[in-house]
Amino acid sequence: MRRAELLSRILIIIGIILAVGAPLYFWKSTPIIHAQMADDGGWSPDVIQAEVGKPLHLKFTSDDVVHGFAVGQMDMQSVDILPGKVTDVTLNFDKPGIYTFFCTRWCGLNHWRMRGTIEVSGSPSDPEPVSPPLYVSLDLDIDAPHESSLVPIIQPSAVSGQQFATNLPLDQSTDYYRSHSPYEVFEDLQTTSLTDGQRWDVVAYLWRSNTTKESLENGKQLYAQNCAACHGENGAGDGVFADDLAQAGEASMQSMSGAMDMMMQTPVDFSDPKRMLGASPALLQGKILRGGMGTGMPMWGSIFTEEQIWDLIAYLYSFQFEYEK
Amino acid sequence: MMAKVELTRHPLIKNALKSRYPQLAVFVVMLVGYIFAILAGLIGTPVGSHNFSIVFVWIAWWAILILVAVPFFGRGWCAVCPIPLPGEWLQRGAVLSPPDKRPKWLNLRVPKMFRNIWLQNISFLLLALFSSVLLTTPNITGIVLAVMLFAAIGLSTIFERRAFCRYLCPVGGFIGLYSQTAPIELRIKDKQVCVKCEGKPCYNGSAAGYGCPWDVFPGGLTKNTYCGLCMECIRTCPHDNIAVNLRPFSADVAKPSTRMDEAFKAFIMLGSAMIYAGVLLGPWGTLKDAAYGVGTGAWFIYAVVFLAIIFGILPGFFSLGLLKTKSAIPFKQRFASLSTALIPLGLMFWVAFSLSFVLTNASYILAALSDPLGLGWNLFGTANVAWQPMLTTILAPAQTLALVVGLIWSAQTAQKSASEAGVSPLPIIFYSFVATSIMLWLLL
Repeated sequence: MRRAELLSRILIIIGIILAVGAPLYFWKSTPIIHAQMADDGGWSPDVIQAEVGKPLHLKFTSDDVVHGFAVGQMDMQSVDILPGKVTDVTLNFDKPGIYTFFCTRWCGLNHWRMRGTIEVSGSPSDPEPVSPPLYVSLDLDIDAPHESSLVPIIQPSAVSGQQFATNLPLDQSTDYYRSHSPYEVFEDLQTTSLTDGQRWDVVAYLWRSNTTKESLENGKQLYAQNCAACHGENGAGDGVFADDLAQAGEASMQSMSGAMDMMMQTPVDFSDPKRMLGASPALLQGKILRGGMGTGMPMWGSIFTEEQIWDLIAYLYSFQFEYEK
Repeated sequence: MMAKVELTRHPLIKNALKSRYPQLAVFVVMLVGYIFAILAGLIGTPVGSHNFSIVFVWIAWWAILILVAVPFFGRGWCAVCPIPLPGEWLQRGAVLSPPDKRPKWLNLRVPKMFRNIWLQNISFLLLALFSSVLLTTPNITGIVLAVMLFAAIGLSTIFERRAFCRYLCPVGGFIGLYSQTAPIELRIKDKQVCVKCEGKPCYNGSAAGYGCPWDVFPGGLTKNTYCGLCMECIRTCPHDNIAVNLRPFSADVAKPSTRMDEAFKAFIMLGSAMIYAGVLLGPWGTLKDAAYGVGTGAWFIYAVVFLAIIFGILPGFFSLGLLKTKSAIPFKQRFASLSTALIPLGLMFWVAFSLSFVLTNASYILAALSDPLGLGWNLFGTANVAWQPMLTTILAPAQTLALVVGLIWSAQTAQKSASEAGVSPLPIIFYSFVATSIMLWLLL
């Protein structure tokens, strides 16, 4: 009996050590990135190290609701991260730098706060020159009011504008388009014999001629995925989170510096002609790149490529202009 | 009436029960699984439907317990339950070796006022009131499982035998109550042998084994309620006088109890099954929110209503029915004895209720089995099995059948206990009918 007693004790102890040790070992040796709503901590960990040329294998799981994962400025399909399930992702980086990854599912009011970084080390194959964005070189104050003092009575039409534009000394260059607001172009057309409505049509034509069908389609997609939650599908600032954001703004009033902050908690209404016709593409680029600084508007500079931002901007003006008949 | 069949007559069964090794092997597996469930609850995914602890404890174990173990094996679960083991081994200072003459720990007798199942009634109700959160939050499940394990260890060092199982375990109370209906029992073969037996090693222990861990003298067993089927007495009986029998269903409820703690256990279980059916399966969002909002005002109202149903409304109407009957037997005794009719009724309520949530959630078991740690494994190729309710077409008929069987069974039981108390069974049968109708409405 003594030997049996000893053996059974050993068996029990081995069993307990296995029951405790094995899961702890596997949990410790399998790094998993946990996604939680931003209010509960967002990504954990939120800084990941990687090397150029070495595939980066990541495992994700969600601890609450469905999230998504994508890396900014990278050509990749976003993947869904399901509660309690593990999603494998493999990434390849060919340039060093700090990449931003972000949640691609509207997981909650603070969805846009769900971001992390991947620090990719290694030597660059061809260092690219970095130029400052247009709003910086134009020295625009993107927080200053920029309302248009005049708005069209009917929606400007690019198709009609094309007829009037043919005989005009109109600067159709990209530089001119990007650095001027529709209202400024409208003002520049003062010297022509066109009526106000016709001038607005010409402005719409200029905006349309500076983009393509593909760009608009791309901008529409980006908008639906990333902007519509707050700004609304039709750009009216009435997205599904808009009311909650306003409430959150009210709640944070005490710690903020007054009505200005409160006002800025409301998502911008792109269907408001005063605001949109007074804003140049360069100004909008600044807003998108930098974000709303203390409002619910995130900075997109680390996520969208420059091309994506211009596509998005072209699409934003479609809430004002009739591009196609 | 079906006669009893002595299972221990078969040498294979008898040897398997007499030997400690098969049981020990099961114990080790259970204990490993239990400890793993605690860990999984504490550090696994917080998503309940994919956490091993939630899926295996509240779906798989519960299904086996209420649909198979209790109805067919009575306290069969208690025979393999891992919770008391570490405490018991510590108490004995051994896993297999014969007991020491001198106790190793305090070895106190549980105070008389606690030697009933009121503490179990309370511990069950405590879990029941928090169940919405407990059943869905892995962390809390892990903590509760760990607390039970350590409570059992603690009680083993203070009191003699299995004080946790006998007086505190929240599950043990109702398993005991319902085990009276099970078609299996452990009994002595010949009373005279026990009367003449010297030293009563089945209760006091001997070199062959330990005295009854459940504090029961097998010679006096007439009901399954407090026999944990640990098989220790089979090993210690020097006269081979212990038998495990197959018997007709509900044999014990023919001998009604007169204990209030057991009577109220029947009401607690009946009431909780109905409330759960309403909260978990019903369409009332506010009710669900109240049950989940532990600590909120709505939850306190829910808790008060919960307790009022169990301690006020259900026993209240039952008493009203009883007052209509005339008998020389004191009211309290009649109350306790006639509540026996609620034992098969409550059991079948639980079967009907559990069928629904077990079949709805059974597909989670397959997924959790393939990825028990939540690390993206796929051990059996079932990790990505989509959630899908099972056997949906037979669910409603099966539930209805369970409830109808419960009603008939309870009416039969009522008839027996009523005739013993010399009263009419009709009010109790009517009571059971109304309760069954409400349950049917809640489930379908």
